[in-house]
Amino acid sequence: MTFDPVAAILLTPLIAAAVLAVLPGYRLEAGLNMIASLASLLFALTLLWHRPATGAYLLVDDLNIVFVLLNCFIGFTTSAFSASYIGHELETGRLKPVHLRFYHAMFQLMLFGMNLALLANNIGLMWVAVELATLTTVMMVGLYRTAEALEAAWKYFILGSVGIALALFGTILVYLAARPVVGEGLDAMIWTNLLTAAPQFDPSLLNIAFIFLLLGYGTKVGLAPLHAWLPDAHAEGPTPISAVLSGLLLNVALYALLRFKVLLAANPHAIAPGPLMIGLGLLSLVFAAFMLYRRRDIKRLFAYSSIEHMGIIVFAFGMAGPLGNFAGLLQMTMHSLTKSAIFFSVGHITQVKGTQRISGMGGLTESHPLLGWALVAGVVAIVGLPPFGVFTSEFLVVSSTFARAPVLAVILVAGLLLAFGALLLRLTDVAFGPVKGPAGPVHASYIPMFAHLALVLMAGIWLPPALVAWFQHVAILLG
Amino acid sequence: MTWIAPHGLSFDIAHMLAGLLVLVSLMMLYQVRLTALLHVLGLHAFILALSVAWQAHIQAAPHLYITAGIALAFKAILIPYALRRMVFQMGLHREIETVGGIGLTMLAGIALVALSLEVMLPVTAHTDPVAREDIALALSVVLIGLLMMVTRRNAISQVVGFMSLENGINLAATGARGMPLVVEISVAFSILIAFIVVGIFLFRIRERFDTIDVSALDRSRGGQS
Repeated sequence: MTFDPVAAILLTPLIAAAVLAVLPGYRLEAGLNMIASLASLLFALTLLWHRPATGAYLLVDDLNIVFVLLNCFIGFTTSAFSASYIGHELETGRLKPVHLRFYHAMFQLMLFGMNLALLANNIGLMWVAVELATLTTVMMVGLYRTAEALEAAWKYFILGSVGIALALFGTILVYLAARPVVGEGLDAMIWTNLLTAAPQFDPSLLNIAFIFLLLGYGTKVGLAPLHAWLPDAHAEGPTPISAVLSGLLLNVALYALLRFKVLLAANPHAIAPGPLMIGLGLLSLVFAAFMLYRRRDIKRLFAYSSIEHMGIIVFAFGMAGPLGNFAGLLQMTMHSLTKSAIFFSVGHITQVKGTQRISGMGGLTESHPLLGWALVAGVVAIVGLPPFGVFTSEFLVVSSTFARAPVLAVILVAGLLLAFGALLLRLTDVAFGPVKGPAGPVHASYIPMFAHLALVLMAGIWLPPALVAWFQHVAILLG
Repeated sequence: MTWIAPHGLSFDIAHMLAGLLVLVSLMMLYQVRLTALLHVLGLHAFILALSVAWQAHIQAAPHLYITAGIALAFKAILIPYALRRMVFQMGLHREIETVGGIGLTMLAGIALVALSLEVMLPVTAHTDPVAREDIALALSVVLIGLLMMVTRRNAISQVVGFMSLENGINLAATGARGMPLVVEISVAFSILIAFIVVGIFLFRIRERFDTIDVSALDRSRGGQS
């Protein structure tokens, strides 16, 4: 029997979830959670050398390989962060051992769902996988069982369900468009078949389908009119989940959208999805930038920052062209790494301070230098200041937009500056000034957050040529 | 491939059942009592089951009978029954609170039907007629379901709205001839709905919220307090 990395990537979390569901003892669970995530990451790394053949259900191609890697990497670092975070929650009694068993099993199940969505070659399977990932995160958002957590989970559930229902309608329409060309049955749902046949699809049917897909998956991406679930889900769930929500789940939903955008780009008569994506992207950016000013809760603050960044990314893909797509892909990667690092530090900070309210914290760089400066570095990176990687991608988005559509660029820059101001304002409250709130010792796991920040810093200073070549190649694919 | 000819008996029955589903969707909009709404929901799922079974028959696709069976047993009987029990056990308000008047909502519903016909019929001109009509009517059901979710204040009627929306999607999926994974998707959706219902029940949303009125959720938005 030959080794199949794709099967290994999918089976590892699935088996781990089954074992974690029955395993007693939180230390054992957290350890196994880390080992399983590490194993998935190692299997994902083998994809770089050996790319398996495309099947009817699964594929590995240039578009998804980096996302799979990123997914497994952040899955692993989050499991390391989660081990120390959850230990603290257990000590303070916010969580009980039985919740933890459930939590760890769900964590692996979520990684399975996301990897399956990324690796799926079948648009129906991709939809099912996104639904699975959503369901598991809903369960984890409600983990604390407080009124607020249940409310957040309920809102996320209902809005997420409407989103995936609309996405399914869009998927059915794509099938209807494909059927006369590709033939009935499974063939007309296989993405690689769809791509080769896309030029002959009925363009008007494809257009309508894309609108449903944009609204459906856009809900999960957290685009502005459909974002209402996102801040609550981030604020009320355990912080490791906030980190994977922002860092991974939003990306997975956006990735699903990109797959369909490639189909549209392959059909010469279909509408350009650009204007729709540009509109939604700018709306999300500007809206979130204004909302950032009124936040009192630190996790909610960074949740709105995620909406803002998703806006920038969708805008970049809407502008399209090699440069726009390149910037979008880079921004997706950088945002995932930076935002999850921020949530790692925020998780420990809220545990020390015993509150999520910004007014209850201050002078972190003095009381907890490592945590405080990690947060400062993360925020400096996320607002797009050099020398971090987000600066590179945002600079690319802005400069390419100025060259092609100066009016849009003005709105874009205004949104960016607004968000910049809001985040720095809050950062000074939290990180500098007199020490506020409890300043007890902290058992933090620093390695995950500094590993992420180091990668983001490296990307800002020197992008490996292989990665640049890959991004350029995929940017052309995206049209 | 052989398409079912328009205006044959097979086509007319499929068309009638799909049309009935839209009609029942509109009926949901003017219900003012929760228990009555649940009865209409059962009727909605029952018509869906008939429609799916008919599609299974005319497409000679026996696996669709499974979807029809799920619709009948799970969505037409079990879920409305469970929700009804919940309404009684948890002592919920029996009246449905709406945003905007019933008349206005009905007008909006009619406009949505017109909109979906206007949007879908031209673009599906080249596909087979059964799928074409089904998709257009299914979109109406989906949009009315959405309308219901945004105009209803309490959690149970939002769930009913979601279920009718989901029935519309099932109609579209079964109307699209030869679509793979339909059964799997209907199972996935049933699981989703079961989660929602169990969620309401286990988490005792009413106890947590004091009222099952969803606008009470707004206080968790943050920023204001």
